[in-house]
Amino acid sequence: MKRLLNTLILLSMSFGVFAGGGVELQSADFDLSDKSSLQRGAKHFVTYCLGCHSAKHIRYLRIALDFDIEKDKVLKDIAPEGANIYDKMNSAMNAHDAEKWFGIMPPDLSLISRSRGADWLYSYLKGFYSDSSKPLGVNNVVFPDVGMPNVLWQLQGEQKPVFKKDGDQQVIDKLVTEIPGQLPEKDFDRMINDLVNFLVYVGEPGQLERKSMGKYVLFFIFMIFILAYLLKREYWKDIH
Amino acid sequence: MKTNRWTDCGNWILDRFPLTKFWNEHMAHYYAPKNFNFWYFFGSLALLVLVNQFVTGILLTMNYKPDAKLAFDSVEYIMREVNWGWLIRYMHSTGASAFFIVIYLHMFRGLLYGSFKQPRELIWIFGMLLFVALMAEAFMGYLLPWGQMSYWGAQVIISLFSAIPVVGEELSLWIRGDYVVSDATLNRFFAFHVIAVPLVLVLLVLLHIIALHEVGSNNPDGIDIKKHKDANGIPLDGIPFHPYYTVKDLVGFAVFMFFFAVVIFYMPELGGFFLEHANFIPADPLKTPEHIAPVWYFTPFYAILRAVPDKFAGVIAMGGSIVVLFLLPWLDRSNVRSIRYRGGIYKKALLLFVISFIGLGYLGTQPATPGATAVARVLTAIYFGFFLLMPIYTRWEKTKPVPERLTEQPSLEDRIPNFVETFNEVTVKTEGKSGLFSRKLNYQGLSAVSIRFLKRIKGSLD
Repeated sequence: MKRLLNTLILLSMSFGVFAGGGVELQSADFDLSDKSSLQRGAKHFVTYCLGCHSAKHIRYLRIALDFDIEKDKVLKDIAPEGANIYDKMNSAMNAHDAEKWFGIMPPDLSLISRSRGADWLYSYLKGFYSDSSKPLGVNNVVFPDVGMPNVLWQLQGEQKPVFKKDGDQQVIDKLVTEIPGQLPEKDFDRMINDLVNFLVYVGEPGQLERKSMGKYVLFFIFMIFILAYLLKREYWKDIH
Repeated sequence: MKTNRWTDCGNWILDRFPLTKFWNEHMAHYYAPKNFNFWYFFGSLALLVLVNQFVTGILLTMNYKPDAKLAFDSVEYIMREVNWGWLIRYMHSTGASAFFIVIYLHMFRGLLYGSFKQPRELIWIFGMLLFVALMAEAFMGYLLPWGQMSYWGAQVIISLFSAIPVVGEELSLWIRGDYVVSDATLNRFFAFHVIAVPLVLVLLVLLHIIALHEVGSNNPDGIDIKKHKDANGIPLDGIPFHPYYTVKDLVGFAVFMFFFAVVIFYMPELGGFFLEHANFIPADPLKTPEHIAPVWYFTPFYAILRAVPDKFAGVIAMGGSIVVLFLLPWLDRSNVRSIRYRGGIYKKALLLFVISFIGLGYLGTQPATPGATAVARVLTAIYFGFFLLMPIYTRWEKTKPVPERLTEQPSLEDRIPNFVETFNEVTVKTEGKSGLFSRKLNYQGLSAVSIRFLKRIKGSLD
């Protein structure tokens, strides 16, 4: 018994060891059923991200169908000039140029929400701060030494870090606005949430259908369960 | 007379094929003990999951491309553009995890009721071969989506073979077909995953069932029902498998499918346990992920591997942790099968074993910090201790007298009033609301119930 107890204590200790450091992620506030938010997010994505990042697993047509908007409206309001409704969300930048400019091809973002999670994306997009030691002049709290510039800096403004002491190391406690941007903080947060919402949707466009369908499937299986149970009870009546 | 013509047609076949004999031998006149409990659902459930994997697997193959350049995108194509592709893929990926849940519970049933003991050693051996084949099937299938975790998981596991002295390097090269995991590896794993191993699985399932039906099923009392037969030679405590257990297993199917559907429709990734997050990044041979972890069902064995400081010794330990399971029928020297009549030592040992298995499984998902490795070593020692000390502690333990005939135990249905009573005890009614949600937790009742529950577990360990 004592050995058991010791094991349990050791086990619970090891939980503490695993909880790693780093800045805590902020939680994104998004709603996949909010079609206008998704629509805004798609527009922001095309405006600010598509220049470098593709989302090659989604077509404009799918966006039109899933967001309940006219195809023409998608082409006019969301898609870049000259795109066809059957096109995938491809970036105009090619790998050759990208490697020359950034050293690496910016990753495709179709599945970024599934590999990183919505909260990470939200914290990442809000986590840029001025750091003159970096080639692009910015660094990121959740993605140290990131190779991407802060494309939203005009809207967000510039942030600088506030340090705190953790043992004998200086770690970033929080970010504060140094130079305010064009958007008030509340509007900026909403914009990031819209973007994250869109990226979560792009990660798995079928998820809306999947979740809304689940309850009917479960109800059907429950009915089968009742039938099967009644059948079993009838057959087993005389087994004692 | 249309019906007569159909009957004639049926008779024509029956005169030429032993369908009746087959049906009777394995279904209608196969007498199973009448006291199967909850733990006896998992055999037929494993068969259900196997069928699910076959059907969904065949459908996936129609759109999947086993090519390092196309594989990852073809999976996303299935998820997004193929009609119902997401459902088929989630059924297959969830099915893989469900298979292991079902098989682990099925094997645990064997440990509980001594189903591996004489005369059922061969059933256990076939079952263990099935387990090994299933692990191979799952491992090779996991490479196919060609994500980062697929790639690096395969890289790590195949490189284990290189730890074998003398032939190791050549062997791992031969398995991969290249110096790193590559298109060649993907193609051969695809061939094994969709053709070779499934054939082995089907063959072994047949052998497993034929061997079982030759000696007859064990039961929660672990006694031989063939000792007491009626005038017609039918065991007094036996009931025909069909219809009794076919209709009962249907209930099990429905309950299983309910949970299965909850995962598929609401949480297909299951928090990264069923589909790992890093696997949504395409395989990149130049970028090693920070933390490589196998899928949850391999983590206990992976933790054993990491617990041993030397790589080759670790491979031996990991292999040994599975080989030792094969020897179980000969390690157990107790003269009773069921845990109901065993002594306290086996019960405590089994409890420790379960704790070590689950603990190792958890540690296998985590990075190997010094603290975690120390715990993993203790748990590895317990894991092996359970098996290797078994010849000693099972021989000397004091067993209880075994009954002649099957005993009556309250079934789940009989215990429903008890469940309702317990529910009433741990909750209190609140004002205003109605229905099930009108009740909220009553902490006093909850602690009383848990103390009673712990006391009962403690009591049952003697």
